[in-house]
Amino acid sequence: MNGKELLKIEDLEIRYETDDGIVYALNGVSLHVNEGETLGLVGETGAGKTTLAKGILRLIQTPPGKIVNGKVYFEGKNVLAMSDHDLHQVRGNAISMVFQDPMTSLNPVMTVGEQIEEVIAVHNNSLSKEEIRERAIAMLKRVGISADRIDEYPHQFSGGMKQRVIIAIALACNPKLLLADEPTTALDVTIQAQVLDMINKLKTEMNTAMILISHDLGVVAQTCDRVAIIYAGRIVETGNLRDIYKNPKHPYTVGLLDSIPSLTRDTKRLKPIKGLMPDPTNLPSGCPFAPRCNYASSACSEAVPELTDRGNGHLVRCIKDISGKEGQ
Amino acid sequence: MWKYILKRLLMMIPVLLGVTFLVFFILNMTPGDPAAIILGDQATPEAIAQLREELGLNDPLLIRYVRYIIDMLHGDFGESYKNGISVAAQVLDKFPNTAVLAVAGILVALVIGIPVGIISARKQYSALDNTSMVLSLLGVSMPNFWLGLLLSLLFALKLGWFPSQGMGSGFVPLLRSLVLPAITLGTGSAATVVRMTRSSMLEVIRQDYISTARAKGLDEKVITKRHMFRNALIPIVTAVGLQFGTLLGGAMLTETVFSWPGLGRLMVDSLNSKDIPMVLGSVLFMTIMFSFVNLAVDIVYAFIDPRIKSLYSKAGFKKRRVVVA
Repeated sequence: MNGKELLKIEDLEIRYETDDGIVYALNGVSLHVNEGETLGLVGETGAGKTTLAKGILRLIQTPPGKIVNGKVYFEGKNVLAMSDHDLHQVRGNAISMVFQDPMTSLNPVMTVGEQIEEVIAVHNNSLSKEEIRERAIAMLKRVGISADRIDEYPHQFSGGMKQRVIIAIALACNPKLLLADEPTTALDVTIQAQVLDMINKLKTEMNTAMILISHDLGVVAQTCDRVAIIYAGRIVETGNLRDIYKNPKHPYTVGLLDSIPSLTRDTKRLKPIKGLMPDPTNLPSGCPFAPRCNYASSACSEAVPELTDRGNGHLVRCIKDISGKEGQ
Repeated sequence: MWKYILKRLLMMIPVLLGVTFLVFFILNMTPGDPAAIILGDQATPEAIAQLREELGLNDPLLIRYVRYIIDMLHGDFGESYKNGISVAAQVLDKFPNTAVLAVAGILVALVIGIPVGIISARKQYSALDNTSMVLSLLGVSMPNFWLGLLLSLLFALKLGWFPSQGMGSGFVPLLRSLVLPAITLGTGSAATVVRMTRSSMLEVIRQDYISTARAKGLDEKVITKRHMFRNALIPIVTAVGLQFGTLLGGAMLTETVFSWPGLGRLMVDSLNSKDIPMVLGSVLFMTIMFSFVNLAVDIVYAFIDPRIKSLYSKAGFKKRRVVVA
């Protein structure tokens, strides 16, 4: 819908090699993000959402993590094959990341001002100290924090304010892509909406594309242009927001949407998805969702289904042809 | 902050009282009559009895203790039984020698300990890390005086590079005479500093804000220096402070091995001759030194970590700690 392709991930595979076995965290993820658009990445805890976001910036701790395979093209250049020097130019400048827990994501012994100035300074060698500070103050104001708090330390801020500081750091260099890893999960519900609105406003103003990681389908519905559903390290369904919400094709997506409480439907009980996600050290050979799936047949456990196009860029990884309506 | 420091200084009073009482009590329990020791083998029982009376040794323990404390409060730490020279003068005379050795020893510990600890943590489980861990285990377990003897055998007696005994006067001779005792003292401390630096750095390396720093596009060197090391510093400063406090009190074994004219040797000599005022005076001095170093360490904390600083300024005399979530 919006602009040309900015990020293209091809067949990304990431594993964690631990003493208890190999964790197959990402098993061939491909997706793309266009300029200025927001992609929602939805999945349960442990589905590989954070691994994917960290993988894009090569922030996976090695060991135990290891990028086994795949390519991450950002503006045509493969991030995974870049030199460290080039990678440092991309991080925080062209692609930046907001982490899940604001309480632990800021350095406790540096003032928030120093932490914002630092990212500006490292990517703008020509600026003087005063100019850097001015920019940091401007950024702080943009996220709704008054300038006189610039010399305070993180412990003097509340969780929501800390997350605003982290967003200020992430957006300080006007990035083309923002990776937001559950930016509101750790916050109070009342603050969540504020912070989310602010991210949305700023990214629209700056024409920044965003991958919004969330397990909250409500948040995704409010913010995203496209949605990718991830399960056990694979994208199981992706498409436009409307296609996914109105016409879900994968039984897992159907299940996720059914498990949202609704005031308009007359349901007494929520419909949770039965069972748990498979152990990522020991994935089943076929479709990883098959053991929990209402539509599963013997064919499902033979091989992992391919992503197939159901029209209009709506890709589904399922051998059945179900529609959301039948599932209910 | 000032309130905190004042509070800490006041807290030293009971500590000093406790230490003096304990030492007073223990020395009193040890066999041997100070009067007999002062007068020597030839003394008559009458002379000994008379001296005991003069020194007030016949009074009950508690009275003698109170008398000592009152004198102490007047700045009088008594005279040595052995040579009659004032205790304070002797301690202050030896202290600079010990201080020089302590500073040199701690420098050796820092110069070796901190870089090796940082590199060990950054390259955890590498050959370098494993080697430094084995060596530092060796350093911690090896008795100081034994290392001192070995160093002295090789570098002083066999190779003749450095003097084996005493303290040189003049800058260059002083430095030369410092080398062996400083290395002897420093290696043990260095081993502790390496282990503390490594474990503290490893804890910080896994923190979320390190990921934030990486996501900013910072260079690993900058991350290590600016983000990791400063956060890892508190336990390191604690360890270094404890080591330094101990060294300032005089390293008895090392000073004895190298005949270094410091507090440690003064204390050993006084103990051997049951010179009670001398022992009391030097123990008291060590305690004061140790307390001051600890206080200094706690003040340094506030400059490293702003959270501790705000805690200090909140904690006055009453505990009115307001925890803001």
